[in-house]
Amino acid sequence: MSLFGEFSFFGVLAIVLTVAFILGVFEKKQNWLLLICSIALDVCAIGCDVRSLLFFGGYVVWEIVLSMSYLRIRTEKGRKGKTYALFLILSILPLVFSKVFGAMHVPLFQILGISYLTFKSAQVIIEIYDGVIKELSLSDMAQFLLFFPAVSSGPIDRSRRFTEDLNKEYTRREYLTLCGDGLEQLLIGFLYKFVISSLFFDLLELVQEERSFLYMTAYAWCYGLYMFFDFAGYSRMAVGAGYFFGIKTPHNFNLPFISKDIKEFWDRWHITLSHWFRDFLYSRFVMQSMRHKWFKDRLTTACAGFLVNMLVMGIWHGLTGYYILYGLYHGILLAANEVWQKKSKFYKKHKKEKWYQAVSWAVTIHLVMFGFLIFSGHLIQI
Amino acid sequence: MEDKILDILAEVCEEDEVKDDLSMDLFEEGLLDSLGVAQLLMELEDNLGIVIALTEIEKEDINTPEKIVALAMQRNAEG
Repeated sequence: MSLFGEFSFFGVLAIVLTVAFILGVFEKKQNWLLLICSIALDVCAIGCDVRSLLFFGGYVVWEIVLSMSYLRIRTEKGRKGKTYALFLILSILPLVFSKVFGAMHVPLFQILGISYLTFKSAQVIIEIYDGVIKELSLSDMAQFLLFFPAVSSGPIDRSRRFTEDLNKEYTRREYLTLCGDGLEQLLIGFLYKFVISSLFFDLLELVQEERSFLYMTAYAWCYGLYMFFDFAGYSRMAVGAGYFFGIKTPHNFNLPFISKDIKEFWDRWHITLSHWFRDFLYSRFVMQSMRHKWFKDRLTTACAGFLVNMLVMGIWHGLTGYYILYGLYHGILLAANEVWQKKSKFYKKHKKEKWYQAVSWAVTIHLVMFGFLIFSGHLIQI
Repeated sequence: MEDKILDILAEVCEEDEVKDDLSMDLFEEGLLDSLGVAQLLMELEDNLGIVIALTEIEKEDINTPEKIVALAMQRNAEG
């Protein structure tokens, strides 16, 4: 059963949310219900394949053991770089296996949600090292990883934010408002994913035959809009379902197509992913490179940071030529944008004028759509 | 200590005005961005031994010079 993907799931979801709602309205604890539902629905999503179930279970236990033991070591021995690196590598290792075996078409380590769960586990390890996470209970960590609305494709929440919501007590009035919002998110998400997105999907079939410039352009736009409504729709439903359990998972999209430059686009598109990369890769890369003076100035450092950041994001999508190219493409765009905004006198003079913003928006959306064309694999298949 | 923190901030922002106008919004003025924040935290740690982790602060916690000074001083006092 695919989560948020097929109608049988919505039947189960309706029952689950009704039970959660009854508990919530009577101001009763929902945590046990959430854990049981998460385990049950994660198992349903994986299906009756014993090997997949064992891999999933093993993976989750592995990440929990890593984070709990690293927290103990960090508390006793302090901030040690080498131990940190070891635990971080161990937590990312299953994902590396998954990507490599996936590219070789070997059915090993193909674990439900591993791409997304790795972000969550790595975030915990990094923040334990930073000293930001000082305590972590077994049940909180399990809840955080197994949380069924976001298990397969995010949004990527942060553990401290998540556990705060998990242990929060809502009054009846607060809870009802939250559920009202949640229901709205579920309905809009449903509309996005199953009505609007399907429409663009049908259009895609119409324009995929010919490879002329016009058809390619139409394909890029249809694919971009299909992707947005499909993914933003799913994300909204995931957020909405979480509200019924008192978990306010952050939103993943915020009107991405109104962006006036590519940096703004990444602040509006797949937000939880790009912010994760900003906080845990870009910023740390930039810090290390300034500390060790790898580059001659700040602008070069920023550009190198963008390239590394987006290249890794591309590789994370899959070890496929066009995903890596997509990452590189956005890395170059972000770097070029940075140089333009920092160096150009023309930009500084005109950036607040209406006509400049209009041109900038039009250029940005075309660059974005071209990016989707690369991502779709329709332009180049390598 | 306060002066040292402001010196670092001025160096990161490449703008001496941040030492005088302590309530200016550094993000709105375009003086601080993701790179600047990373550099600021690194300099505070390397030069003054004040450790502030990137993900424990929100943009609103460090958007003016006075907030940055207050946060850094508080951390310094805590040791």
